[in-house]
Amino acid sequence: MSTADIYKELILDYYRNPRNFGTLQTFDIEAHDTNPLCGDEVDIQIKVGEGHKIEDIRFSGKGCAISQASASMLTELAKGKPLEWVKELSKEDIFKLLGTSDLGPSRVKCALLGMKVLKTGVYGYLGSGAEGTEPAGPS
Amino acid sequence: MIDALSDYYSRYNSNVHRSVHTLGEEATAAYEASREKVARFVGTKAQNLVFVRGTTEATNLVRFAWGHRSVHKGDLLVTTLMEHHSNIVPWQLLAQATGARLEFVGLTQDGKLDAAKLEALLGQSPKLVAVAHSSNVLGTVNDVADICAKARRAGATTVVDGAQAVPHMPVDVESMGADFYAFSGHKMLGPTGIGGLVGKKEVLEEMEPFHGGGEMIKEVFLDHSTWNDVPYKFEAGTVNIADAIGLGAAVDYLSELGMDRVRRHDVAILKYAIETLQRVKGFRFYGPADPAARAGVLSFNLADIHPHDLATILDEEGIAIRSGHHCAQPLMKWLDIPAASRASFYLYNSPEDVDALKAGLERANEVFKV
Repeated sequence: MSTADIYKELILDYYRNPRNFGTLQTFDIEAHDTNPLCGDEVDIQIKVGEGHKIEDIRFSGKGCAISQASASMLTELAKGKPLEWVKELSKEDIFKLLGTSDLGPSRVKCALLGMKVLKTGVYGYLGSGAEGTEPAGPS
Repeated sequence: MIDALSDYYSRYNSNVHRSVHTLGEEATAAYEASREKVARFVGTKAQNLVFVRGTTEATNLVRFAWGHRSVHKGDLLVTTLMEHHSNIVPWQLLAQATGARLEFVGLTQDGKLDAAKLEALLGQSPKLVAVAHSSNVLGTVNDVADICAKARRAGATTVVDGAQAVPHMPVDVESMGADFYAFSGHKMLGPTGIGGLVGKKEVLEEMEPFHGGGEMIKEVFLDHSTWNDVPYKFEAGTVNIADAIGLGAAVDYLSELGMDRVRRHDVAILKYAIETLQRVKGFRFYGPADPAARAGVLSFNLADIHPHDLATILDEEGIAIRSGHHCAQPLMKWLDIPAASRASFYLYNSPEDVDALKAGLERANEVFKV
């Protein structure tokens, strides 16, 4: 597969028309992170509903197609799920959303930025430290 | 250059300025011969050239060894919006440590320094003026001789970041009149981890040492020490002998080619690149439109394609571009872009490379359906 094939119709669509993009008027969780290599930025806000469910979720940010599309797809997947579900989330889930794992070490960080922010926010809310996130490289 | 490194490691690998054995003498002679060559290459004397790791270490050397003695609370430090982080962050840290304030010279729409703002800041008698000889993003070549002359009249010490200039054009630090001039070997066909800081002799002599340790001393007592002569005062410990010798070989090569020719090639490639790439849909570049006002780099963006996505697509075509913020985040903010792509041309690039880049950009437009 050619590397450029990662830019499928789907990723381009989410890059140009991101779902759940924006901010919430009221929210219970907010988290932000950047990928210093790319300058990618992702902010996530969550309104927690009954039974610790993700009632509503928005993301904002800027960056490459992979970081922004994966964050947008992740918000769609997360909506309605219990917060505990976030703990189960793995990079394989993100690769499944994007339809590829053939990204190379530096671009993987772009793909996983949204998940890192989501985990940071939810783990903070649930009162435990974020696990399974890699430190960013030097910039 | 590679032969010079290998020659050192295989034939006379030894420390410098210490041993009386043959290998030590040979290593010292080669290291100092390289200092002579590199100094001549940038228009100064060997005694004014300190070997450092690169431009970043050079500016930080000035920050500690000059700044902590010369800068005081309330002093003004001036740098510009087009600087690399290595000519911003050391001055932020110096300002924080001393209570000085740091001000920035802004830019004009075509990516040149705002002369009026510079004049206004010079009118406030700054202690330091730090400026790039050529911007690593915009490519703009600044009239550093003029800036140094004005800064000197205003009583300021000048630091010129020459990382993007020394590889691309003839440089004569003495006629430029900079108090400090910094550059990196890896951008001029030399090894990584070696570069130079040129300082005026009288300024270097007044400065505190940078690192304390071996070789930078004259005499050590239990309660104090005296310092070696410049430039050795600033070269503590075992220096980067091999790479300094390698840089000397790179300078031999560039001198043989002639920096005037390198400069002409640079301008010709930039001219061709600007003409050619502007025909690609969605292409916009940053910095002066006149290739003769630029050096080396051409930063750009393509439609709404993020530079990292573009770099991924071009990489597949065998084209390596730099993508990101280029260690110049204040400039990115001023340009109102999160990142840029950069073609970094040098003497080995041909018009065919520009054509290949154009084809790569067109392919990226196809992939992104621009």
